Amino acid sequence: MKKEKIISLVLLLMALSAISSLAVITFFIFHEGLPIIFKVGLGGFLLSDQWYPTEGSFGILGMIVGSLAVTAGALIIGVVFGLGCAVLLTQFCPPRLVAIIKPSIELLAGIPSVVYGFIGVSILVPFIRDSFGGPGLSVLAASIVLGVMVLPTITSISVDALQAVPRTYREGSIALGATEWQTTHMVIFKAARSGIVAAVILGMGRAIGETMAVIMVAGNPIGMPHGLLDPVRTLTSNIALEMGYSAGDHRKALFATGVVLFVIIMILNTIALAVSRRRAGKVLAQ
Amino acid sequence: MRIPPFLTQRLAISCMWIITALTLGVLIFVVAYILYHGLPLLTWTFLSEAPRSMGREGGVLPMIVGTLWCTALAVLVAAPVGVATAIYLTEYTREGRLTNIIRFGADCLAGIPSIIFGLFGFVFFVITLGMGFSILAGSLTLAIMVLPTIIRTAEEAIRRVPQSYRDVSYGLGSTRWQMVTRVVLRSALPGICTGIVLSVGRCVSETAAVMLTAGAALGFPRSALESSRTLALHFYILSREGISMPLAFATASVLILAILIINLSAYWLMRRFVTKVV
Repeated sequence: MKKEKIISLVLLLMALSAISSLAVITFFIFHEGLPIIFKVGLGGFLLSDQWYPTEGSFGILGMIVGSLAVTAGALIIGVVFGLGCAVLLTQFCPPRLVAIIKPSIELLAGIPSVVYGFIGVSILVPFIRDSFGGPGLSVLAASIVLGVMVLPTITSISVDALQAVPRTYREGSIALGATEWQTTHMVIFKAARSGIVAAVILGMGRAIGETMAVIMVAGNPIGMPHGLLDPVRTLTSNIALEMGYSAGDHRKALFATGVVLFVIIMILNTIALAVSRRRAGKVLAQ
Repeated sequence: MRIPPFLTQRLAISCMWIITALTLGVLIFVVAYILYHGLPLLTWTFLSEAPRSMGREGGVLPMIVGTLWCTALAVLVAAPVGVATAIYLTEYTREGRLTNIIRFGADCLAGIPSIIFGLFGFVFFVITLGMGFSILAGSLTLAIMVLPTIIRTAEEAIRRVPQSYRDVSYGLGSTRWQMVTRVVLRSALPGICTGIVLSVGRCVSETAAVMLTAGAALGFPRSALESSRTLALHFYILSREGISMPLAFATASVLILAILIINLSAYWLMRRFVTKVV
């Protein structure tokens, strides 16, 4: 019996590793980043787009706007394509094809982000430059590349949500004379809504957090983007680009950029978790 | 005028087929583009030589070794911890506040972007613990990054083991630990392996986190305390700094082939697992 107790204790300690890593990560990122935010002032840090770290001005508004713009673009593509695939896979596709399509979409998630960035910069960027003008390295290019990258996340979580809808809903609706498509968008979609919302939010988190692919296709200038064809710098690329040669306050300001990114991601995570937990509660209640 | 419902249905379904076909088209295009340009350059000398003049010539052997080191160490750390967490969550405790906290931690960790892991690994492992830019620092960072994947897949796999297996094991007089190790883990093994294989894939393709922790040294790593450049980072540097496009393509095709093999084996494991349980 004593042995069992020890085993249980060891397992508990291991189980606490995830939450304690999270705590340590939070502590170190804030510990490194917060002082400079207080030094510059929250307003000066978040509401200025003057990022000249060697001269002591650390404004990241341009990058916040950049991250949001790129993420919004990515979501439009990711949601349309991701949900389209998910609905097709769960409602209208013969099982034999599902067995091929679903793993292929998962494979899309496995491809390294640098490869996406590379394809983006060698094909997409010249294409945008030639057909729409501008430098090619742009919000548009970053949105398209990120859209493809978040698509698998949105698809796989939405597939789970759509499959969790009880069969009886579908049968009831068909029996009332609705077509399969009416059933899908009026009944099944509504029943799976919270799962789909969670999928979109998690996709959003992935888009905001992606780094290498964005660096390669976004151009990364300092300042505010003004249009779809303007190059843009995001929070993540700011960190990755300058970490290598930064020191002192500059390095701390990069950690502060990380703090902002971290806070955004944690808010998104918490919303996604709360939404999907509500769904779990509802299903149990039925 | 109202569009008849069967027509809307046909339209909607064709739109979704087009969308799905486009998505698969992107996948096929990405893989084909890289392999088409890279495979002809993929020679034995490329795989077995060290790079010369910053990667303009030569091969990628040190990067392959560095990637293997980082991945292997990361999985060696994360797999036992992740599986132990899953066992604790499913077999050793009741659902309650504690399990919620543990799951919340894992879920949040899963959402954190790799660049944040990189920042953390840099300030914690590289600087505070004094590891310097090293394979060790890189792989510990990667281990934390893949931990949630391993926990979640292992937990799902363990939950799928039928309750009757446990009852029979108890009925034969085994202790809880014997039941877990000899019955539950054995039948959940393919599922657990799927999670581990997927984590290997994530480690191989990760760039941002290893860039800030394992460094970018070109040399052959002799120990885990030396800096080493992984394949993905090497590819990034080659293509971004325009050092050598042919070698970038060749490196990318090594990466793509590795990812294809890893994902196919994960898929194979998963199917085996599903058919076995059903």
